[in-house]
Amino acid sequence: MFRSIRDSLSRTRQSVFGQIANVLGTGEINDETWEDLEALLIQADVGVPTTLALVDAMRARVKRDNLYRADQLIQALKDELRTILFDAPTFELEEKRQLTVVMVVGVNGSGKTTTIGKLAYKYKGDGRNVLLVAGDTFRAAAIDQLKIWSERADVPLISGAPNGDPAAITYDGIRAARARGYDLLFIDTAGRLHTKFNLMKELEKVYGVCKKSVHAAPHEVLLVLDAPTGQNALTQAQKFKESVNVTGVILTKLDGTAKGGMVFAIYRELGLPVRFIGTGEKIVDLAPFDADQFIEGLFDS
Amino acid sequence: MFESLGNRLQSVFDGLQRRGKLTEADVDKAMREVRLALLEADVNFKVVKSFVKRVRERAVGQEVMRSLTPGQQVVKIVHDELIQTLGEPGRLNLGLQSPAVIMLVGLQGAGKTTMAGKLALHLRKQGRRPLLVGADVYRPAAIDQLQTLGRQLDIPVYDEGADADPVKVCANGVKQAAKAGMTTVILDTAGRLNIDEMMMGEIEAIKAKTNPIETLLVADAMTGQEAVRVATDFNNAVSITGLIMTKVDGDARGGASISMREVTGVPIKFLGTGEKLKDIEVFHPDRLASRILGMGDMLTLIEKAQTEMDQAEAQEAGERLLKGQFTLEDFLKQMQQIKKLGPIGQLMEMIPGMGKMTKDVDLSDAERDLKRIEAIIQSMTPQERRSPKILKASRKRRVAAGSGTTVQEVNALLKQFREMQKVMKQLRGGRGRGRGGLSSLLGRF
Repeated sequence: MFRSIRDSLSRTRQSVFGQIANVLGTGEINDETWEDLEALLIQADVGVPTTLALVDAMRARVKRDNLYRADQLIQALKDELRTILFDAPTFELEEKRQLTVVMVVGVNGSGKTTTIGKLAYKYKGDGRNVLLVAGDTFRAAAIDQLKIWSERADVPLISGAPNGDPAAITYDGIRAARARGYDLLFIDTAGRLHTKFNLMKELEKVYGVCKKSVHAAPHEVLLVLDAPTGQNALTQAQKFKESVNVTGVILTKLDGTAKGGMVFAIYRELGLPVRFIGTGEKIVDLAPFDADQFIEGLFDS
Repeated sequence: MFESLGNRLQSVFDGLQRRGKLTEADVDKAMREVRLALLEADVNFKVVKSFVKRVRERAVGQEVMRSLTPGQQVVKIVHDELIQTLGEPGRLNLGLQSPAVIMLVGLQGAGKTTMAGKLALHLRKQGRRPLLVGADVYRPAAIDQLQTLGRQLDIPVYDEGADADPVKVCANGVKQAAKAGMTTVILDTAGRLNIDEMMMGEIEAIKAKTNPIETLLVADAMTGQEAVRVATDFNNAVSITGLIMTKVDGDARGGASISMREVTGVPIKFLGTGEKLKDIEVFHPDRLASRILGMGDMLTLIEKAQTEMDQAEAQEAGERLLKGQFTLEDFLKQMQQIKKLGPIGQLMEMIPGMGKMTKDVDLSDAERDLKRIEAIIQSMTPQERRSPKILKASRKRRVAAGSGTTVQEVNALLKQFREMQKVMKQLRGGRGRGRGGLSSLLGRF
């Protein structure tokens, strides 16, 4: 499991930030250095506003600290990135309480169902009593897909009929969890574009059911984002946060060549921490996100 | 979709339009904005560079300096360049051989399976007989998903379960289609990473075995800078013949489509524009370029109207309208036809000049108003719909209760309807130039 994380990080490292070290690694800082830096950040999907802000901050730091060599910029950039990835708030999913309710949300195809399978497996292994709710009643065979994951993770699943009301199934799930003494409930939801008014309302209804039925629930609302997504990731995070008070992000498909640079903008603008990264199709391909390790990883090469 | 890019460029060109002549410095300033706008739209960095270079070369030349409205000239150059970059209109080349094989490839979660269903429906509408082949044996329940779509559409699906070899499944699927007299086969392959050599080898083998006439890369319109690498890798492996961009009904700026088209040189053929199986659009570069620049897309709107609206019913309503017999019933029918066209926001974006306005208006309000109007009319008896005059206090209370609205809202609707009728009468009599109709009714409701 740890090998796969290291592999996927090192791929990111070599492909992008490896270039930062190479391109900025020698010589004095000149106009070209700045252009290269900007180009590299943009190509890592860090996004235009965050890139511009980072470059400005670095210019100020170069001036203030009298830096003159390009390689000194790497340290400065590392520091600057670290200030963006501030300490994450408590991860409520892992706090002790009678019943912890976790909603998993996101746009179509980001990897929600697969991620829930992995989460179920991980927390079952950690000794939690896990129950799944098949809240994606819309997409063809989504319930069957989650059912297969629940069997692989060996955790039970509460599901209803296709095209049923996700809020009603959520309610059934919470009742079942209470009655049978489960302490961790993951609610799968249908993928939806954040621009669809009615679908976002439907999601709010699921949120409302959690809120009404369990004290302080949902304790975590995790947004699943896929790493190849560009700058729209920030808009997605914003809109889902507005609707259902997203508390954290899971970044999937980090085993490809995608850089996942929008994480910085999401931290910076919305204060949403990344909790896990998805690194493959197997049930063990999920790793906790460690900001320090992530930044350090980006720079060793 | 793509609206933000449109807005951004529009604001640059608004600045240009206010000036008489363009200096080279103006062009520089405009190009900087074009560059930023494209980058913010997730167009790949390198693609932006070459695009801006091409536009600048054309803009700084005499073409612009001699023209009377240089700003418009730059808009035109960007527009032309966008059309050129976006390439030719999407057309499937299915050849003469039957069955014609279409293979869909792409990353996980791009929307291949859904697109397979949409494409099958689209082709059946054109008189072809499609067979869907489920070759995704990896993702849990992927084949069930395709089977479910097939049942919904009443289109046959061939698969050999989740333990089968995808290469064999595809080859057998094609044989099966030939035997059953199907004219088109759509291969739904598993999602895979472009750097996964083993999995890329699998689609190469499928391609070699089934000899598809179209190999289409299905890609998420929200993809960022990565788009170039993904498209290049898939193209190198299986020589794609076209692109399908999915989830373009979101608010992503859609730069990935420009990047992928530029680096592969293959045309964009279709757009996935919604959750329903009919939500597939044939790609038109000129329309998309216009839409990106906020110049509207009336052609798509007209086409949509032609396919979705009941012509006879519309004509009948039009005639009654001219005779002054327009009733709430006709009004309700008209509204329902408009609703068939899609969400109001999507429609507005297609109307020239509206794209900019829709940004500031919460269109979900308009959608709700439409629903409310519909509910009110549906709570009336046929007699009331034909002659709303008979609606007095008690009937109004009943209608309000039935539609979950208030008497005030019922009154407002009736008042607007009376005004609309008045305008119609004026129109009929040729007096005045009233701008009545649904838009004013909605605007004031």
